[in-house]
Amino acid sequence: MPQQLTPIKKDRKQLDMEQDNQWPLWEVFIQSKSGQPYKHAGSVHAPDGEMALENARDVYTRRNEGTSIWVVPAQYIIASTPEEVGSFFDPANDKVYRHPTFYTVPEGVKYI
Amino acid sequence: MPELSQQELEARFQKKIDENLYIEPKDWMIDKYRQNLIRQISQHAHSEVVGMLPESNWITRAPNLRRKAGLLAKVQDEAGHGLYLYSAAETLGISREELLDQLLTGKAKYSNIFNYPTLTWADIGAIGWLVDGAAIINQVMLQRASYGPYARAMIRICREESFHQRQGFEIMLTLCRGTTEQKAMAQDALNRWWWPSLMMFGPSDKDSPHSSDMAKWRVKRESNDDLRQKFIDRTVPQADFLGITMPDKDLKWNEATQHYDFGEINWEEFHQVISGHGPCNRERISARIKAHEDGKWVRDAAAAYANKKRQKAA
Ligand SMILES: [Fe+2]
Ligand SMILES: [Fe+2]
Repeated sequence: MPQQLTPIKKDRKQLDMEQDNQWPLWEVFIQSKSGQPYKHAGSVHAPDGEMALENARDVYTRRNEGTSIWVVPAQYIIASTPEEVGSFFDPANDKVYRHPTFYTVPEGVKYI
Repeated sequence: MPELSQQELEARFQKKIDENLYIEPKDWMIDKYRQNLIRQISQHAHSEVVGMLPESNWITRAPNLRRKAGLLAKVQDEAGHGLYLYSAAETLGISREELLDQLLTGKAKYSNIFNYPTLTWADIGAIGWLVDGAAIINQVMLQRASYGPYARAMIRICREESFHQRQGFEIMLTLCRGTTEQKAMAQDALNRWWWPSLMMFGPSDKDSPHSSDMAKWRVKRESNDDLRQKFIDRTVPQADFLGITMPDKDLKWNEATQHYDFGEINWEEFHQVISGHGPCNRERISARIKAHEDGKWVRDAAAAYANKKRQKAA
């Protein structure tokens, strides 16, 4: 046990956090194997891209989970809005002719 | 799109949960769901972080290189778990800074178990075996919690936890197969860690303040008492295998229920520790404050370096 305990400070400012900014947020995408798509793994804070990559490596690939990492500033990700899930994806809903099963191929025809 | 009333939004939210769908950060959610999740996820994150302290106490004194490498990797994993969970909490609209702040000012809670001291090497075995074992039971349940980022963090964490429990059990096994003194050390560690491990599942269901909402919202899918029972049923045979005994004279197999009966938990002690009067509460928080302050120059240096690079590029 330590000899001297650091006193618990109640005031936030005393905690030396005035300049303790959190750094930008980066979204992390990992490719698990060569040829595989990149998949979102989580996020890290880092002051720049290089350190974001290193943090992402230490946080998300401690057991060879990846062969390659992308880090993307979270602010540049444009996402569809969940409230519009209906209308946004609606154009694809009634287009059965986009699927192979829409077309008939007689029995006995091979390789199609 | 026409504006939905609060009631309609709530009904829609609940329907999604009942259909086993997941809530994502930008989805509409009940405010209390958000607040409860922030509290639960951040408590969980703090526990991972504070949990490194009792174990790191023994890294430099591990009995050999194999044990040292294993323990070091485990403690490093716990730091990672803390990070996954802080990230998940942040998606709910709270900043990392606020979260750390709540921990360091003593405002936030973390798992009670880490307010107990690690007195001998056998405690490292007992923690991996019992504390990680109990955590796994809880975390497996949370892998299907309704909040997407939380559930995904849990899947990642569970994948890593099994090594933690096995390294702990192996330490216990080695001690139990060792000299009389070593076996006594293992028994002593079990004596001290058993009851606090049972308390990790929280108060009995009838006294648990947050359980019912969180059950309705599919965060807490099993009750505290059920999870505790599952842990006991799994762990007692493991202790039998080790040849050591739980410090509970009422513990016995119940043929009728097909579960172990067990003695009364000392909730008095639980409340004492949770309200700050455990053996190590003060020491843990001051160690975190010291780590945070000692690490300031690293954060400053990283920021300065990034700045310099930006200026060079411009
Ligand atoms: Fe963990
Ligand atoms: Fe663990």
